[in-house]
Amino acid sequence: MTVSFEDIQIGDKLPAWSRKTSFAEWNRYAAVNEEFVPFHMDDEAGRRAGNEAGAFGMGNLRYAYIVNALREWIGDDAVVREVGCQYRAINQKDDVLTVTGEVTAKKAEDGENRVYLDINVVTQTGAPTCPGHAVVAL
Amino acid sequence: MSEQELTYVTDEMRAAQGVWSEARTAPPITETDIRRWAMATHYPETPPRIYWDAEYAASTRWGGIVAPPDFNPFAWPVERPKGGSPGLAGARPDGKPLTGMNGGQTDTYGVPMRPGDVISARTRLVDWNEREGRLGHTLYVRNEIEWRNQDGELVKTRMSIGIRY
Repeated sequence: MTVSFEDIQIGDKLPAWSRKTSFAEWNRYAAVNEEFVPFHMDDEAGRRAGNEAGAFGMGNLRYAYIVNALREWIGDDAVVREVGCQYRAINQKDDVLTVTGEVTAKKAEDGENRVYLDINVVTQTGAPTCPGHAVVAL
Repeated sequence: MSEQELTYVTDEMRAAQGVWSEARTAPPITETDIRRWAMATHYPETPPRIYWDAEYAASTRWGGIVAPPDFNPFAWPVERPKGGSPGLAGARPDGKPLTGMNGGQTDTYGVPMRPGDVISARTRLVDWNEREGRLGHTLYVRNEIEWRNQDGELVKTRMSIGIRY
């Protein structure tokens, strides 16, 4: 599914993009990003870093999920121009993370048709973990 | 005993503020690097064809496979860059070493990365602030990173927040 600049309205929602996350996802991400940080790999190290539940997921993987959700929405011929987010809450084992987004503006800028969004990654309880923004060029 | 104000800011950080690092260069990007990255970040689903199917990718505006914007060609260097971020060497008042965590980032993208590209990066420490947080005394450090390809084209600028507590 691909959106068109003309059809997008302020307030439109990004189609939900979800993944259940645990060691299977974290270890694969650690392998490609060489991100073998003990608190992502080991429960005891997670607790030492202040997370009672043990090991926890990478912020960078949530960032990748945001990029993936945008790509799926805009299609392969459009451009992800900017993505920013803050890691405010921890991604615990077996969380089902969903990328959410809402269009806040659309404008012709620097020769591109750009769409601005507020973005977040929420858990299965709806708790926001990662508020941010994105700009795509269609 | 005089009480000194607690700070995790080091002289090394003060000296590094605003100074661009020397550029470091990643090995050439391969199709396999891109495919594995996309598989990991889409697991357990199949990643989009633009990241692994050369024939399909040739039919898009890009004319070939491109990397996901978040792809990191600097993973797995044979020779590890020395030093890392300045300032992480400090200790907490309880004597435990500082823990570093990723606070967030804003990436602005230029041209896409493609198989065969050789990406160079330079970094500078922009600024910092300290406050008492949920994890105790906490230092927030802002770094800027700039990536360019072998033709000097801007691939990405990143403003990132590092947390140390």
